[in-house]
Amino acid sequence: MAQSNRSIEVGTGLFVLLGFASLGFLTTQLPGSGLQLTRTADSYAVVAKFDNIGSLKVGAPVEMSGVRVGSVTAINYDASVYKAAVNMAIDRKYDKIPDDSDAAIQTSGLLGANYIAVGPGGSDTYLKAGSEMTFTQSAIVLENLINKLFSSVASGGNKDSDSGSKDSGSKDSGSKDEGSKDSGKPSGGKSSK
Amino acid sequence: MKIHSAAVTINRRSLALGALAKVGSVALFFFRIVGQSVPALGRPALVVKQIYNAGARSLVVIMLSGLFVGGVLGILGDDLLQRFGSESALGVVAALGLTKELGPVLTALLFAGRAGTALCSEIGLMKATDQLAAMEMMAVDPIRHVVAPRFLGGLIAMPLLAAIFNCIGIYGAQLVGISMMGIQPGTFWSQTQDAVGIRDVNEGLIKSVVFGAACSLLAVYEGYHAEPTAEGVGLATTRTVVTSAVLVLLLDYILTAFFL
Repeated sequence: MAQSNRSIEVGTGLFVLLGFASLGFLTTQLPGSGLQLTRTADSYAVVAKFDNIGSLKVGAPVEMSGVRVGSVTAINYDASVYKAAVNMAIDRKYDKIPDDSDAAIQTSGLLGANYIAVGPGGSDTYLKAGSEMTFTQSAIVLENLINKLFSSVASGGNKDSDSGSKDSGSKDSGSKDEGSKDSGKPSGGKSSK
Repeated sequence: MKIHSAAVTINRRSLALGALAKVGSVALFFFRIVGQSVPALGRPALVVKQIYNAGARSLVVIMLSGLFVGGVLGILGDDLLQRFGSESALGVVAALGLTKELGPVLTALLFAGRAGTALCSEIGLMKATDQLAAMEMMAVDPIRHVVAPRFLGGLIAMPLLAAIFNCIGIYGAQLVGISMMGIQPGTFWSQTQDAVGIRDVNEGLIKSVVFGAACSLLAVYEGYHAEPTAEGVGLATTRTVVTSAVLVLLLDYILTAFFL
């Protein structure tokens, strides 16, 4: 053989080392939340119940003032109160969160992923393991917004405070009124002048 | 007309039978190799030399290709993402594209071209110069001493080569993106880390192992069953590359669908 055994072994050893170093980089440095964040020993569990979680996923971050303080560990449906129960793991070093803080589901960026934003309350007692955040705000569902927009446009172009209050009060009476006004008038919707 | 159509039918049938026979032959050969793999590992010096041949000698081509593929991903990704206003997702495009698809597939194709042809022509030449027959006469199993170490060498080298390709590719993408296109390094890496999961890296790893087995198997098979002439070895070598390429792409489709 042209090359000695020794140089072959060294060459192979270097190659295998390089390969494993690349594998190590790919598995530890590249994935973000894969091998890093809060192990259960460093965090305490908190639950919050929402009407609608939107597209919140397990593993989504929990942030206060934009800083990540924990993550979502489980999402279940609570059939007793007909809400979604979201379990979160908060880092133990953030142990002074008032127990009347509110949890809101927000979107990072315009089309980004959902995360939970916690806004501090003013209570003197703090959240601890197993406590529940009572003040919650559900995710904004685009379809509901569009529905509201359409119904407010269809019920008359003028933003009338009367029709507005009628709408918020009881939807049925509001739409019946506009319906009777609209009949026969092509440009219906000019409500009380 | 009747005679002509009969000849065509017989031709097609024998072609189909021929293909079926080849698939069966490759599978049987694979089981023979697997049976001899454990004894072959008992002589680690042989396997180490084959890892060197298949892996360390392919390093230059893999690293250069990885750098250029990463650079292309950087340029192309930046151009496409600018149309949607999300240039900061360049790292995501490059990292996910490389670890899940391009890394294993391109490495396998380059491996088939460089190491596969070397394996095939080595064994083919040994057959043509009657070395394999001489080994059999000395009661030395050529599968155990010649074929299995080369198969194992290729199998072990492929995932490592794919990992190196991926790393250098991502480096190339960030070189283009950060130095030339002006993306912030912090944005690049944090977006990448957010988007890439350990599952994606695992999928790429499994793919590269499967592709390595396929390429190495085809290379040693074609070499072992080549016509013992100069022309025969040449034909076997080209058959290796062509069949490896098609098989790798087919397996890629199956595995991608399986992982989804």
